[in-house]
Amino acid sequence: MLNIVMAVMRRDLKLAMRRQADMTAVLFFFVIVVSLFPLGIGPEANLLRKLAPGVLWVAALLATMLSLPRLFADDLKDGTLEQLALAPHPLGLVVLGKVLAHWLVSGLPLALLAPILGIQYDLSTDALIVLTATLLLGTPALSGIGAIGAALTLGVRGGGVLLSLLVLPLYIPVLIFGAGAVDATVAGLGAEGHFSLLAALAFASVGFAPWAAAAALKIALE
Amino acid sequence: MNERLINIFRFASPATFYPLAGRMIPWFVALTVLFGAAGLWLGLFVAPTDFQQGEGYRIIFVHVPASWMSMFIYLVMAFWAAVGFTLNTRLSGMMTQALAPTGALMAFLSLWTGALWGKPMWGAWWVWDARLTSELILLFLYIGFIALTSAIDDPRRADKAGGILLLVGVVNIPIIYFSVKWWNTLHQGSSVSLTRSPSMAAIMLWGMLLMALCFWMYSIALALVRVRGIILERERHTDWAKAILSGETAR
Amino acid sequence: MLEARDLVCIRGERRLFAGVGFRLEEGELLYLRGKNGAGKTSLLRMLIGLLPPESGSITWRGHAPRSEAFRADLCFLGHANAIKEELTPLENLLESVHLAGESLSEAEALDALEQVGLAGREDLPCKYLSQGQKRRVALARLVHERRPLWVLDEPFVALDSSAVAWLADLIGAHLQRGGAAVLTTHQPVDITAGTQRELQLGA
Repeated sequence: MLNIVMAVMRRDLKLAMRRQADMTAVLFFFVIVVSLFPLGIGPEANLLRKLAPGVLWVAALLATMLSLPRLFADDLKDGTLEQLALAPHPLGLVVLGKVLAHWLVSGLPLALLAPILGIQYDLSTDALIVLTATLLLGTPALSGIGAIGAALTLGVRGGGVLLSLLVLPLYIPVLIFGAGAVDATVAGLGAEGHFSLLAALAFASVGFAPWAAAAALKIALE
Repeated sequence: MNERLINIFRFASPATFYPLAGRMIPWFVALTVLFGAAGLWLGLFVAPTDFQQGEGYRIIFVHVPASWMSMFIYLVMAFWAAVGFTLNTRLSGMMTQALAPTGALMAFLSLWTGALWGKPMWGAWWVWDARLTSELILLFLYIGFIALTSAIDDPRRADKAGGILLLVGVVNIPIIYFSVKWWNTLHQGSSVSLTRSPSMAAIMLWGMLLMALCFWMYSIALALVRVRGIILERERHTDWAKAILSGETAR
Repeated sequence: MLEARDLVCIRGERRLFAGVGFRLEEGELLYLRGKNGAGKTSLLRMLIGLLPPESGSITWRGHAPRSEAFRADLCFLGHANAIKEELTPLENLLESVHLAGESLSEAEALDALEQVGLAGREDLPCKYLSQGQKRRVALARLVHERRPLWVLDEPFVALDSSAVAWLADLIGAHLQRGGAAVLTTHQPVDITAGTQRELQLGA
């Protein structure tokens, strides 16, 4: 069971390391989007501090979206996906491995980059810590839910745009609890409630989403 | 199709359902008109003017039933998707696709009438009220479903992919609604409810109920019309569909 | 062993074939023949469980194609090579075997690559290889493959004549071990071992 998850994860990580350009492009997208907002709304520190959680979280959602279309597309094109679907273990576990690898190369670096960008928005140390923690907790859910969208739009006309149409509405709870936790910290309130809900979302999506995505992949392979 | 459970599956076969739907449509259209006339008469002429909200409140006779329908239709679509996966009937996928535009229309109608009602009440066309926001997200979900199923060329694959999206969506809707509600209370947004008038007159309730029935019948009638179209389109290479199609062009 | 009955395939609105059936025993080889678009690849995808048949049934030792027991006995080689351009032939071979839930030592892998004529290129990323060499990387999986059912889609494409002969011998050895194989091919190939059978689609 665990072997196959680890094997898929290791393979995807190895591949990601061989084409780092993809990974860094997503990260730079995140950096650029976050840096553009002050140019659009003015450099006033109070306003920026108030907007920071929402801006950083929305930028993280968009950056994740950008990396999703390739989650299965390369494997479909070169025939690896067929081989994975024909291997004698549940396809859901294979998808779980891919989801975890996707998080390690997209969600994790985004979360680690966020505090540096948060400084641009004059966030306090507490808020920066909470921001990083929410991104660490919330981005696995983004990878999990995103895998369903990526599987559903696999090989479909205009897949990339369609993918955002399907997945972004489903990201709303993660956005609300993630940005809300930072908001609450900035306002001096506790964020424990946000954290437990975010953790619940992350566990539920990483646990269930791979099976829905696997069902969608089987349909895409027919 | 397998011949087991023949009495249930007989109606699930497109060829038998097509004429059956055709016979049902006039009845549902008649009921739509009947309930609609009664509901509008109660709502517009019989129900008293609200002492706080004036005449403007009467839009609830459209707004509330539309909101109910928009949520209910999504559930029905998810139900058909589940039926499609468990029993592998072709008709279920067609039903989900036939219902989706009506559901999207209802969500849009709910948002539109909400805005019309909000302008005199809140002084703004749009407020980030929890219910309005959830309704907006529901509209997004409908649009996502329609976009996905229309982007996939193979109808069977479109049905299945749409079905998965519906089941994922129906699991997520309560979570989304809860999160939006929580967000709304945290930010102390306006949470004025249309239906929370202190003492809603029984007559208003009756008006709303009749209008809801009217919308219900309308949705069923329209779904049947649309599913007939979908059946003909997909079965156009079969003999029975060819016979109908050639008959229609001759007419 | 492998039995198919009354298979019907509908793609889009076209009925590709109907009433297709066969029985394949140990040590037997089945050639699928037919014009382009006759449904050879569709039939292969039905046999391996990726495409559910419109009607009809397929069983392998009593198991359905979508079951894990079936997949544990199956080795499938498709149109696409299922290799990654960024990985080396050695990595590709080891990964594909691992992901299929089997094990292969590095020495065995190197031996297999040598047999397909890729000695000295084991550590070169596959993007620098030619089409024929990439195909050989994919075929290297078959060298130590002991699963009893091989399903191969156009295995001889992009191979030179010596490689074709080598692959024919490999398939022959598989049949002699009591394995079964289904394959599509356009070119006449000389496989001497086992019993050869043929299924013509769209006749």
